[in-house]
Amino acid sequence: MTPPALLPDKPPAARAGWPELIIEALIRAAGYSAILFVILIVLFLLREGLPALGEVAPADLLGARWYPIEDYFGLLPLIGGSLIVTLGAVLIAVPFGLGTAIFIAEVAPRWLREFLKPLIEVLAGLPSVVLGFMGMLVLTPLVRETLGTPTGLTAFTGSVLLAGMALPTLVSVAEDALDSVPRSYRNAALALGATPWQTIWRVTVPAARTGVLTAVMLGIGRAIGETMTVMMVTGNAARLPTGLGALFLPVRTLTATIAAEMGEVANGSVHYHVLFTIGIVLFLISFAVNLTASAVVFQQKKRSERLLS
Amino acid sequence: MSRHLTQRLAFGLLILATLATTVPIVLIVGYIAAAGLPAISLEFLTAMPRDGMRAGGIWPAIVGTLLLTAGTAVVAVPLGIAAAIYLAEYAKDTPLTRAIRIAIINLAGIPSVVYGLFGLGLFVLFLGFGTSILAGSLTLAIMTLPVIISTTEEALRAVPQAFRVVSISLGGTKWQTIRRIVLPQALPGILTGVILGLERAAGETAPILFTAAAFFLPRLPNSPLDATMALPYHLFVIATQVPGMPVQIQYGTALVLLVFVLSMNFFATIIRSRARARRQW
Repeated sequence: MTPPALLPDKPPAARAGWPELIIEALIRAAGYSAILFVILIVLFLLREGLPALGEVAPADLLGARWYPIEDYFGLLPLIGGSLIVTLGAVLIAVPFGLGTAIFIAEVAPRWLREFLKPLIEVLAGLPSVVLGFMGMLVLTPLVRETLGTPTGLTAFTGSVLLAGMALPTLVSVAEDALDSVPRSYRNAALALGATPWQTIWRVTVPAARTGVLTAVMLGIGRAIGETMTVMMVTGNAARLPTGLGALFLPVRTLTATIAAEMGEVANGSVHYHVLFTIGIVLFLISFAVNLTASAVVFQQKKRSERLLS
Repeated sequence: MSRHLTQRLAFGLLILATLATTVPIVLIVGYIAAAGLPAISLEFLTAMPRDGMRAGGIWPAIVGTLLLTAGTAVVAVPLGIAAAIYLAEYAKDTPLTRAIRIAIINLAGIPSVVYGLFGLGLFVLFLGFGTSILAGSLTLAIMTLPVIISTTEEALRAVPQAFRVVSISLGGTKWQTIRRIVLPQALPGILTGVILGLERAAGETAPILFTAAAFFLPRLPNSPLDATMALPYHLFVIATQVPGMPVQIQYGTALVLLVFVLSMNFFATIIRSRARARRQW
């Protein structure tokens, strides 16, 4: 899983002086710092979030009502809100993202590819608050008029923007996966008389499927953790979604709840601790999603190593 | 349906999907540019906000974002590059190395608002930095670290192994080899990664919400321990929290933020393509 270190081992002729040993020690420490930061993040989330479990009965935390002013700290509507917005985003982002990735990797001529790839990177660079701002001013009225909802601030509006946030990751990872399918696979299919599209759909995409799956997972991870965009366009009503119809009602996500309420709570209050508990939930979700995505990558590597040997 | 017709249909759908993902990008950028440009003036860029931010300029927000980005760079760039050097050049395949890699994957996936919580818990409250540029920069730096580490490692690994072998066999030490041979060769790739990482930090709102950002502070910060206005948070505030806000000022602020972020993106793209054209290996 770890590629080998690149520097050859030191020959006896070149002995490193002590300044160099200090530098190497610092480099090593920098490498380990990533572990330190993860530990610190876990530690401080637990330190501020765990007390909530003593202050609010666990059964109440799983309740269906989030209304902190009256001490209702049920997380279910928020979890449901995050899930439905993310689900909507995935339903939009996956077909468009994969379509774009296939087009860029397999169909587009070189000049077009060199134009499209930086353009997608521009989308990756758009700050989420700018996307949310455009969503408020342009997308929300559009949703209100076409769906006839009272405000246009719905889970669906959030899903559309989140799909936009997830797309760059999805497209670039999927495109890499398609790109790394050996040329010979395609040539063999074409030589057997398959059309280019049959080659793409029956050979190239299936061969890249684990990488494509990773792309989808990473896109989901990006969508579920996004904060500002959703907060600005989903209406922030903490209501438990029951069924797909909820896609067209206002919702409130886990991330938006933290962002909207942390500024107004007293440090050390129950509400404050519960917001950190939400942080723990988000941490666990993102950890699971990203670990799954990278496990898929490692499996893929092992498989291709077997194929090559 | 003949298979050639199927192919036409399929390619048509692919083109539609590509248009649906890329045209909105052009529209968004173009729309903000067109709607924001009339708001841009010397006063808008260099004056303090007035009338509850409904008039005047956005100078403190611009300075705040510059300071936060610089603070992020000071911490994240040396740390990230050093960590990448360790992973690419030194680290053997041990359980500890694997733990570092899992930690980086994990850091890359943590939602930005959770970084905000962490920064609040550690830097603002526990270490007592308060809501400050220092606390915000440190939070953003840790968030940016995985981007810088992974792109730098990729750039280092792209330098041919022969370069290292030659340097070592000529009597160079490991550090001399890295410093004089590997780093200069990998520089464009590293720079691209650093800029893309800082671009993300500059545009983020959620991590600075509770660690650095001030709702309204019509003066420049005096020390790293001062809170500050920042462009992304300012845009959020004037878009959602201030009633009767002139739309033009909102678009103007969005445009300044966009120019700031996209010019970083542009530089990164330029550096990368020029390095690719010039590379001799």
